[in-house]
Amino acid sequence: MVLVVGVPFFWAIYLSFTDAVGGSLSGNWVGFDNFTNAWQDENFRRAVRNTLIFTLASQAIVLVGAAVLSNLLVRDFRGKWFVRFLVILPWAAPVALSTIGWLWIFDSLFSVVNWTLKELHLVGAVCWMFGVEGCGAVNPPQWLGRSNMALVAVIIVNAWRILPFAVVIFIAGLASIPTEVDDAAKIDGATGVKKLWYVTLPLQLPIALVAVLFGIVFTAGEFAVVYILTQGGPFNSTQVLPTWAFQVGINSGSLGQGAAISLYLLPLLAVVTVFMLFFARRAQVS
Amino acid sequence: MASLRAGLRSLPTYLVVAPFAIVLAFPFYWMLMTMFKEDSDLYDVTHVPYVFNPIQWRFWESATTKHVSFIFEETNYPTWLLNTAIVGGLVVLITLVISAPAGYALARLSGRWGQGVGIAIFLVYLVPPTLLFLPLSRLVTELHLKDTLWSLILVYPSFTIPFSTWLLMGFFKTIPQELEDAALIDGCSRLKALRKIVFPVSLPGLLTVVIFTFTLCVNEFIYAFTFVSSSEVRTVSAGVPNDLIRGDVFFWQSLMAATLIPAIPLALLYNAFLDRFIKGFTGGAFR
Repeated sequence: MVLVVGVPFFWAIYLSFTDAVGGSLSGNWVGFDNFTNAWQDENFRRAVRNTLIFTLASQAIVLVGAAVLSNLLVRDFRGKWFVRFLVILPWAAPVALSTIGWLWIFDSLFSVVNWTLKELHLVGAVCWMFGVEGCGAVNPPQWLGRSNMALVAVIIVNAWRILPFAVVIFIAGLASIPTEVDDAAKIDGATGVKKLWYVTLPLQLPIALVAVLFGIVFTAGEFAVVYILTQGGPFNSTQVLPTWAFQVGINSGSLGQGAAISLYLLPLLAVVTVFMLFFARRAQVS
Repeated sequence: MASLRAGLRSLPTYLVVAPFAIVLAFPFYWMLMTMFKEDSDLYDVTHVPYVFNPIQWRFWESATTKHVSFIFEETNYPTWLLNTAIVGGLVVLITLVISAPAGYALARLSGRWGQGVGIAIFLVYLVPPTLLFLPLSRLVTELHLKDTLWSLILVYPSFTIPFSTWLLMGFFKTIPQELEDAALIDGCSRLKALRKIVFPVSLPGLLTVVIFTFTLCVNEFIYAFTFVSSSEVRTVSAGVPNDLIRGDVFFWQSLMAATLIPAIPLALLYNAFLDRFIKGFTGGAFR
């Protein structure tokens, strides 16, 4: 394990300080040049901003969705097995493949989203929402062809994929709340929304945070969703750090520069990890 | 009457759960419809896209299976499925051989040290492949493994082992030490106690690890995408987006068939093992 993760990891750090190009294992030491050069590039700064937006927005959706869904899925009802199967589908399906499904959903000519919007006479409203000019029922929005819409599409697809995972972790958290707490709440007269707000949610908080932090780690390092949906386009407007590192490191062959770009993920991951350990420990204590 | 009343009581639950389930599962319904459609039905904006056209009660008469058989007969799709199975199978084997003893040792190691190593393994799992793929792709080339399944078989354990060790640690912690002690007192050797007592009890845990390791391998994209470039050695995750999409020509029916087919068995397995997964996951982290 030290070999397969440790070596590449430190090698990535080493490469990021060199001018290595494709086809060679090492290069000349260039110090922090790769890191400072990366900042000079407008596309890089956009990739950093997009990574933050992409991660935070999709996790916000996931958090709300998972909180609602998990509290319902712990109840008993008829057909629960089937509902759980449907809910878990996006997480179980290979991400590269299900993203192709979304590519078809957002197709430029035969998008089912646009067809439905048209039937509901909502095309105009959506165009107005995204500030698209000259678009309407005759000329429906190009979801993956406009920068702000493409970013929204990427966020939706990622939230869709992470949500089932968060639901699973949330359910685990709910299951770990001892039944005595329920009984005590009942005796104290807490029911329904009151119980949810004062009893269940606070108890769920630590594990919910763990789920979100996991989600952040998965999302910040996500490559397949963005690459397959938009390849970072249109005009690099949806580049995130992993896709930009791929673009620079593999497609343009500047290995050292690419390694430096992907290493910019580290500070974000480090902060998240510290939080995660902190909350895992707190959950352990209580 | 009683069941009707029970159904009514869960009506609010259904009302909230149903939209979620529909939105989450919709892309898969969409794949299912698309894969059986005729070209003349699919590429006509006047048609209702949610059903087969022309609309009729015997809806299968408006559908076709020719696009599904196309990917099995005319493309490398069967090879990709086979490659995925080979990679997944071997990685599962490697993962089990290493992470089962490691997880057991970590679960039995008490005190600061064991906990520290446990956390370290957890941290390794958090390093995303997107951070490692650049140096690893160089390494793979140097070892002359580029364009072989071996590159994937050797690299995938880097994320499956930490994950599995973490899960198994949780499972082993739930097996009481007293059970082993009793076997030792009854005259079992340490190894025999492991084989006869610990192994059977942890079988569900091991099976869960097998399932999740396998699905992680099927899911993996960036390594499979960068290490392998010939079509015949690709896995499904890399093969379908690369080789079934040619330039700007999308054969949507075939594509959708190719994406849906691996998803269904994986989802069924996931669902069957979900409860065990939850137990193992939280057992490792919150105990």
